[in-house]
Amino acid sequence: MSEQSAPGADGSGRPSGRLLEVDDLRVEFRTRDGVAKVINGVTYHVDAGETLAVLGESGSGKSVTAQTIMGILDTPPGFVTGGQVRFHGKDMLKMSAEQRRRIRGEGIAMIFQDSLSALNPVFTVGFQIAEQFRIRRGLSRADAKKRAIEMLDQVKIPNAKGRFSNYPHQFSGGMRQRAMIAMSLALDPEVLIADEPTTALDVTVQAQIMDLLGELQRERQMGMILITHDLGVVADVADRIAVMYAGRIVEEADVYDLYGKPAHPYTLGLLNSIPRMDEKGQELRTIKGLPPNLMNIPSGCAFNPRCPMAQPVCREKVPPLLQLGSGRASACHFAEELVNRD
Amino acid sequence: MGRYLVRRLLQLVPVFIGTTFLIYWLVWSVPGDPFAGKCGERRCPQQYIDFMTDKYNLDQNIFVQYFTYMQNLLQGDFGETFSGRSINDIILTSYPNTMKLAVVALAIEAVIGLTAGVLTGLRRNGFLDNLVLVSTLFLIALPVFVVGFVLQWLFGVQWGIVKPTVSSEMRFSELIIPGFVLGSASMAYIARVARTSIAENRRSDYVRTAIAKGLPMRRVVGVHLLRNSLIPVVTLLGTDLGALMGGAIVTEGIFQINGIGRQVFRSIVTKESATVVSIVIVLVLVYLLMNLLVDLLYAALDPRIRYE
Repeated sequence: MSEQSAPGADGSGRPSGRLLEVDDLRVEFRTRDGVAKVINGVTYHVDAGETLAVLGESGSGKSVTAQTIMGILDTPPGFVTGGQVRFHGKDMLKMSAEQRRRIRGEGIAMIFQDSLSALNPVFTVGFQIAEQFRIRRGLSRADAKKRAIEMLDQVKIPNAKGRFSNYPHQFSGGMRQRAMIAMSLALDPEVLIADEPTTALDVTVQAQIMDLLGELQRERQMGMILITHDLGVVADVADRIAVMYAGRIVEEADVYDLYGKPAHPYTLGLLNSIPRMDEKGQELRTIKGLPPNLMNIPSGCAFNPRCPMAQPVCREKVPPLLQLGSGRASACHFAEELVNRD
Repeated sequence: MGRYLVRRLLQLVPVFIGTTFLIYWLVWSVPGDPFAGKCGERRCPQQYIDFMTDKYNLDQNIFVQYFTYMQNLLQGDFGETFSGRSINDIILTSYPNTMKLAVVALAIEAVIGLTAGVLTGLRRNGFLDNLVLVSTLFLIALPVFVVGFVLQWLFGVQWGIVKPTVSSEMRFSELIIPGFVLGSASMAYIARVARTSIAENRRSDYVRTAIAKGLPMRRVVGVHLLRNSLIPVVTLLGTDLGALMGGAIVTEGIFQINGIGRQVFRSIVTKESATVVSIVIVLVLVYLLMNLLVDLLYAALDPRIRYE
């Protein structure tokens, strides 16, 4: 904990304002069975020192958006068909492969869901962290090792020095995810994308990892994009939440607004489906129906077949993501009614 | 690791005894008279046959013969041919030649097969991929002697780039064409296994992580991808050395190399059972040791494999 001390005390020289912006991004997957429109105009941003949670079911496009930002989308089948991803105002989708590579790790880093498969099984954890310092920073083996051990220390892995030469399978799930975090933070990135970082972990360990992530994010004043389908996870850590459905943002708000008064029926359904202690013995509430087939998205609002509030207009017109004031936005024809309902 | 090694070496003992006995028994059961035609146009004198039968224990039953043979073998003595030549001598002159040829073949198939496999695995369905696919099919389908004679004719006779046959000095440059011929089929398999392995691992999570770390592509492929994809290839290569040595007979014939293939062939024709058995036994040893080496290499390549 040497160079990253008091949060934002010196401003750390980082430019304020829009750090990373995704603007009307469109991605489709071209498969033998047809074209799946996975991302249909996603717009969100994250600033330095802020955590944006991206919430959604599997298949809502939250991970694909992240992969597109990182430039690790599998092409084929994935193709970006429109929009921009701006980092410090520059569109990364127009950069050369080499420029994008340099941003990875140093500008934007990513941690993955399943740390066992995401770490290379045949190299030691220490090697995989030190590699960052050796290859990207040109440090000597000895110096890189020293820095890697410091990183392991920072993510609170006990006996970091001894653990350096262990292989990923010799770590427990939680420790492995910590090592993964250490690896992604090695080059001191400005934005960290955490793609379901706790999904593969035990509940008790989940909280520890989220705490660690929150702490490191504050210390380093990073912008963080936290991708999750777990409403419980985001409440403590996130500043803002973007809810995704069928490749679009359907609602964006800060945590208190969103939990207090959701402005989209889908968000409402998600919140209602959290099991509550005071409703013990009652049937769990769910959102009826299934997420849409992305090769054949319903006309109008994609959520209309499952929406309890659906009206004829919902089948005809795609609701735009409209600002509702106080920094929140919703893509529902009846957003005002929802917010203003008492 | 040390205990594992000792256990594996001890396991070799029953396998060694079993295989050698089988070979001995097989060669022993081949019908025919070793002394037919030994003495020119006429039958050998009874005196000679009696003398030889006694000298080589030919009237004993197979177990006694095998036991005597193994007793001598353990003292490093492979015995003598019927003409009194030391079999140790034969082995010492023929084995190094075959070994050289097999090692050259192994090196060629490893380098070419692996390169082709990696390149095609990274870029599937391209021109190179189709080219390699078709040419490996050719190499697998064509018998060795066809490949051998065609290349010998092309390089040795038609273009005159190399001498058509290998001299007794066994120079490396002379062994390139025979080595290629000997290794050609295995090379095709190596290329295909490497291609599949690379293509499979290319989409794996850890490769995606390596890219997300911002590592240059050549490091992602050369370090992260290759190390994982090498495991099945190493198995194939390791067990192939024995097969190459045993299968060298045709290649040795085409290129006039004085190796074990020719020796075994000659010994079978002249019913020199002791020579056949001795050469094959050494081959069995090579197989067993290479298998052990491959198993040990596994652990070096994949730390998840632990021996206890």
